[in-house]
Amino acid sequence: MTELDSFLLYALTAVILFALGLSSLLSRRHLLRKIMGLNIMSAGAFLLFISVAHRNGKVFADPVPQAMVITGIVVSISATGFALALARRIRKKTGLTSLDYREEPSPENHNRP
Amino acid sequence: MMVLIVIIPFSGALICLLMPKRMRGYAGLAAAAATCLTVFLLAFIPGGEDTFHHALGGWGRPLGIELQADGLSIIFLLLTSVTAFLISIYAGPYFDSPREQKTADYHFWTLWLLLWGGLNALYVSSDIFNMYVLLELISLAAVALTTLKEEAEALIAALRYLMAAMLGSLVFLLGVAFLYAEYGVLDLGGLGVQVQTTLPTITAFGLMVFGMLIKTALFPLHFWLPAAHGNAPAPVSAILSALVIKSSYFMLLRIWFEIFPSITTYAAAQLLGAMGAFAILWGSFQAVRQERLKLLVAHSTVSQIGYLFLLFPLTIAQITGEQGASWNMQAWTGGICQTVSHAAAKAALFLAVGNIIHALGTDRLISLRDIKGRLPLSVFTIGIAGVNLMGLPPSGGFVAKWMLLNAVISSGQWWWIPIIVLGSLLTAGYVFLMLGHVFAPSRKAVVLQSVPPALEISAFALALCAIFIGFTTSGIIDLLQMGFHTMPMPEAITWRLP
Repeated sequence: MTELDSFLLYALTAVILFALGLSSLLSRRHLLRKIMGLNIMSAGAFLLFISVAHRNGKVFADPVPQAMVITGIVVSISATGFALALARRIRKKTGLTSLDYREEPSPENHNRP
Repeated sequence: MMVLIVIIPFSGALICLLMPKRMRGYAGLAAAAATCLTVFLLAFIPGGEDTFHHALGGWGRPLGIELQADGLSIIFLLLTSVTAFLISIYAGPYFDSPREQKTADYHFWTLWLLLWGGLNALYVSSDIFNMYVLLELISLAAVALTTLKEEAEALIAALRYLMAAMLGSLVFLLGVAFLYAEYGVLDLGGLGVQVQTTLPTITAFGLMVFGMLIKTALFPLHFWLPAAHGNAPAPVSAILSALVIKSSYFMLLRIWFEIFPSITTYAAAQLLGAMGAFAILWGSFQAVRQERLKLLVAHSTVSQIGYLFLLFPLTIAQITGEQGASWNMQAWTGGICQTVSHAAAKAALFLAVGNIIHALGTDRLISLRDIKGRLPLSVFTIGIAGVNLMGLPPSGGFVAKWMLLNAVISSGQWWWIPIIVLGSLLTAGYVFLMLGHVFAPSRKAVVLQSVPPALEISAFALALCAIFIGFTTSGIIDLLQMGFHTMPMPEAITWRLP
C-alpha cells in the first residue's frame, strides 16, 4: 500500500468513527450511550490528527498533532468525568437515565447498578 | 500586561479554591477587580511595540503559543471586564444572602474566575487549537456553574448544555484537524493567507462554523439554551447570557473574516442571516408566551442573538470602493454595538429579575403584581435594560439597530428591514409584559424579602452601562478601524495590528 492510500484509510476510518459517535449521541436516549458517543467522536478526531502526523513525517512523525492529541485527551477525559458525575447525580435525584422529562422512572431502571 | 490578563483570573481561581470558605468571596472580588484593572491598563495605557503581542515562554509560532490582541480583542476584553466586574459585585452578597444559603456553593468563585480567565485568553489567542482548548475550558466552567443550584431541573438542563457544548467543540476540532491536514499551520494569520477553495477546506469551514453555531445557540440550534440559562442562579444566568454566548460569536467572527475570507460566499452569508432572522422572530415570539420570568429573559437572549448574525450578510461586499467600505463599517459598528449593548443589558435584566425573584421567592410572571412599587430600583433597571433591547434612543441598542438598518439600506438587502422592525416590536411586547404586571393592582399582600442594596445597585449600574454604550460608539469605531489597518477594507478583512 502506498503512503497516500494508508493515509486515506486512516482518515476515512476517523471520519466514520466520528459519524458513528455522532449518531449514537443523537439517536440513543440512555445517558451512558450518549456520553460514550461523545467519546467515540473525540477518538475519531484524534485518529485524524495522528494519521496527519504520520503522513507529514519524513524521518519521524510530525510532533505538533501528537501534542494536540495529548491535550485533546486531557480535555476529553475531564469532560467525560464531569458528564458522568452529572448523569450519576441526575439518576440519584430523579431516577432518570435519559434527558427525557416525560419518561417515568421505572423501578427496575432505578435499581439497575 | 498581555500575560497578566490571563494569569490573574487563573491564579485567583486557585487561590479561591485554597481559601477558607468565608474568605472566598473577598478573594474572588479582589481577583475580579485586579483583572478588570489590568484589562483597562492594557487597553488605555499606550505601550511599546510588544504591548499587544506576547510569545509565551519565548516560543513563537509554529511550535509555541502566541498571544495577540487587535481592535476586536480589545472591544471584547473591555466588554467582558466591565460586565464581569459588576456581576462579581452582585455575586458576593447574592451568595451570602439567607435564601440562597442552601444552594449557594462556595465553588462559585473558583469556577467563575476560571471562566473569566478562559474568556480573556480566548480573546487574545491566535491559533485555532489553543482556541479549541479555551472554548472547552469555558464550556466546562459554564456548565459547572449552572449546576450550582442543585435541583433536578437545573442538573438536567446542565447535562443537556454540556452535551450540546461538547458536540459543538468536537465538530470544531474535526474542522481543525481538516485544516491542519491541508495546510500544516494553525495560526490565524498563516491560515488566512494560505486558504484556498478545496474540498477539505470547505468541509473544515462548514464544520467549524456549525460547531460555533451550536455554542452560540443560533436558531434552530438553541434547544439547550432556555433551560440552562433559565434554571441557573441569577449571576450565573447573567454570565451565561451576556458573556459565554459572546465568546463563541467572537470565534465565528474570527473564523469567518480572518481564516476563510476568500471562500465565504453570498449564499452562505444569506443563510446565516436567515437563521438569525428566524431566531429574532421565534425567540421573541416564545418570550411573549412564557409564564416564568427567567425563561422569558432566556428566550429573549435567543432572539437578540439573531441580530448579531445580520452582520454576516451585510458585510459581504458586492460593490467595492468607497460605498462598499462605508456600509461595511456600518454593518460592523451595528453588529459590535449589538454585541456590547446586549451583554450589558441582558446581564442587567437577569440580575434585576434575580432581585425580584429573591424578594418574592417565586419567578412566576404574574406574581410581579405583588411587588406594588416596593422595588423601584430593580423595576427601573428592567425598564432601562428593556429600552436597550428594544433599541430606543439614546441606548447602545438604538445605535446598533440604527447602524444595521443603515447598512441594510445602503447594501440594498431590503428584506432584513421588516425582520429588524418586527423584532423590536416583539421585544417591546415582552418588556411591557413584565412592566405591565408591575403596575397592575396586586392580588394579595406578600411579605417581601429584603434585597441588599449592593444587588440593586450593581444591576442598575449595568443597565446604565448599556445606555452609556450609545455614547461611546466613536470609540468602538476607532477600535474596529485600528484593526482594519493592514488591508484595504472591503476586499479582504484582517484585524492584525501592524
